[in-house]
Amino acid sequence: MLKIFRQILRTGVVTEELPLVDESKVTLTGARLNEEVMKRFANSLTIRFVDAGSCNACELELNAVNNPIYDAERFGIHFTASPRFADMLLVTGPVSRNMEVALKRTYDAIPHPKLVVAMGVCGFNGGVFGESYASLGSVGNVIPVNAYIHGCPPSPADILNGILRVIGRK
Amino acid sequence: MKKDKIKEAFAGLVGADITPDNAHRGVSAINAPRELFSQCAGAFKDAGFRLVAEWALDETPLGRGFAVCAAYAHKKEYIVVKSSLPIDDAVFPTLTGKYVAAFRFERQIHSLFGITAFGHPDLRPWIKHEDWPAGAFPLRKNFNASAKMERVKGEYRWIRAEGEGVFEIAVGPVHAGIIEPGHFRFQSVGEDIINLETRFGYVHKGIEKRFEELSFEGGVKLAGRVSGDTTVAHSLAYCRAIETASGSVVPRRAHWLRAVFLELERIANHLGDIGAICNDTAFTFMHYQMAILREKILKTNYKLFGHRLTMDVVTLGGVRVDITDGGVNALLVLLDEMLKEFERLVKIYEDNPSLEDRVYSTGILAPDIAAELGVVGFVGRASGQAGDARIDCPFTPYDEFIVKAPLLRSGDVHARAWVRIEEVRESVRLIRELIGTLPSGLFQAKCLTPLEGVAGFSVVEGWRGEIIYWVQAGRDGVINRCMVRDPSSVNWLSIEQAIKGNIVPDFPLCNKSFNQSYSGHDL
Ligand code: SF4
Repeated sequence: MLKIFRQILRTGVVTEELPLVDESKVTLTGARLNEEVMKRFANSLTIRFVDAGSCNACELELNAVNNPIYDAERFGIHFTASPRFADMLLVTGPVSRNMEVALKRTYDAIPHPKLVVAMGVCGFNGGVFGESYASLGSVGNVIPVNAYIHGCPPSPADILNGILRVIGRK
Repeated sequence: MKKDKIKEAFAGLVGADITPDNAHRGVSAINAPRELFSQCAGAFKDAGFRLVAEWALDETPLGRGFAVCAAYAHKKEYIVVKSSLPIDDAVFPTLTGKYVAAFRFERQIHSLFGITAFGHPDLRPWIKHEDWPAGAFPLRKNFNASAKMERVKGEYRWIRAEGEGVFEIAVGPVHAGIIEPGHFRFQSVGEDIINLETRFGYVHKGIEKRFEELSFEGGVKLAGRVSGDTTVAHSLAYCRAIETASGSVVPRRAHWLRAVFLELERIANHLGDIGAICNDTAFTFMHYQMAILREKILKTNYKLFGHRLTMDVVTLGGVRVDITDGGVNALLVLLDEMLKEFERLVKIYEDNPSLEDRVYSTGILAPDIAAELGVVGFVGRASGQAGDARIDCPFTPYDEFIVKAPLLRSGDVHARAWVRIEEVRESVRLIRELIGTLPSGLFQAKCLTPLEGVAGFSVVEGWRGEIIYWVQAGRDGVINRCMVRDPSSVNWLSIEQAIKGNIVPDFPLCNKSFNQSYSGHDL
């Protein structure tokens, strides 16, 4: 136990300031929620994440936003298992044909008002996988999307900045 | 004295109508008539070989019909057996009587190629979901891959247990955490799992088909995204298959740098997963600490090589980025700092009784079952299977270094974590040696185009284990077929075995300790 305390003290606070938003890393689509709702989301945002066909590198970087360096919780952002509690659906990957139904169901299970963010070049336009018998390409081809966060994969800082922009905090 | 195992296997096939296949590079290969396809498997099985992969191909652009291939391995010896099949009678004898791993390979061949393994007891679709049109065989050349497929009605036949108190728990494809999609069905009595059936294919993106639409050059980027957490190993295996097929020479400095990237990828993934295993026992302290170390590596990657996960740094003929003297120093400092912290954390891992309670004797994969399934990588090494491609069939620079791979036999969650702890240490040592002996000179050379019909074979030990690429050149510089075998394709089978008799709440922990790729499996 003592070893653990010593290690915690030695580590100290490692959380870093987020860099300024780089506008080129996010595309907001026309769809916006009304101001009142945005104000409520701004300080406490609950996200349901769905991998709709990613290569799994997007998940690595998304997991990293919860580590002590990026600490998403400090912005009131946290991830939930139940779509019923979610304010935002965060999607990675091109939408594979085999995930289309599950993605739509998750979208439907999230109560209104809701936001949808697609991350990674795959979510934006299908990336290297393109559109085919197995890949439906952009998330926007399957459900309405409010914003795209670019990158392959986007870095944890870009992901956080992107989310904060969507809810009007940056 | 070393025995030539391939010769030994052939002793059982004397008089059979088998000829060497000269179109293969990087592996021995034979042509066998299809009637002997399964007999060959028997001979290799008797000689102690494991089944590495089984796949089909459509060779109509090369003026031939279909074919089915099986690759076997015994330590450093790999061999491919190929049988041609007529298009109007696309059937071959099943290998399931000989090898358990053949079950899924052949279901996949059946689903995506419409080529049937005769005598296979379970030809339910695999990867292909029940709502695909029955006649959709995407890997055939006459399939239109860019057209959308309609959805049809269909049902998947699950394996069911019945009886008093038996109930079924269905999980996925959308899971609670930030992980990939897959479906798990537990049959359980109380909390005890009596059977687990997995069903995958949710992240099938048509990768193997996509390769056939790309140039050799264009395929590098795709290979690096077969399983993003293994981007270096996959792009390296792809490049090596093509360099081997075309006889291209890669500069020594590039070989060294590739190995540095590969070992960094191994360390970063091991750190993340050791932490994540602890997290699943509610020991979040370790999760955060390991994440900090992992982050240090990713930041250094970005600074030195321009990408946090070193995606697209490996390319045909070499690597895309060099390292400067300053970079060498930065890397050595990083490793020193990281290892010091890591050793402190390992001590904490060792002295933690509540962690011990959860990880010891949980999710045991017994060595005999591991051998029977042919599992590879750290999962195998935790269950008495000594294979490591860096040792067994080393390519430059591994043939100039001594690599030590840990071997445990207990096969539980702890063993899988511990093998990875040892591998972090070994990879740090290797990187230091590699950096200390880094050859000077070019880091990229021109890669030639493989000749029509030639197939290149490569084996790379990624952090999960042995990755296989088999790339066959078509006419006019296109890829006729790119077969990818991620370690997950065989290792997923072992989870169903390891979980039996465990309790449902331990499943996430067990699954984490295997951490196989869905994307690499579903392709
Ligand atoms: S955007 Fe890049 S990292 Fe993300 S899923 Fe697509 S290929 Fe993988």
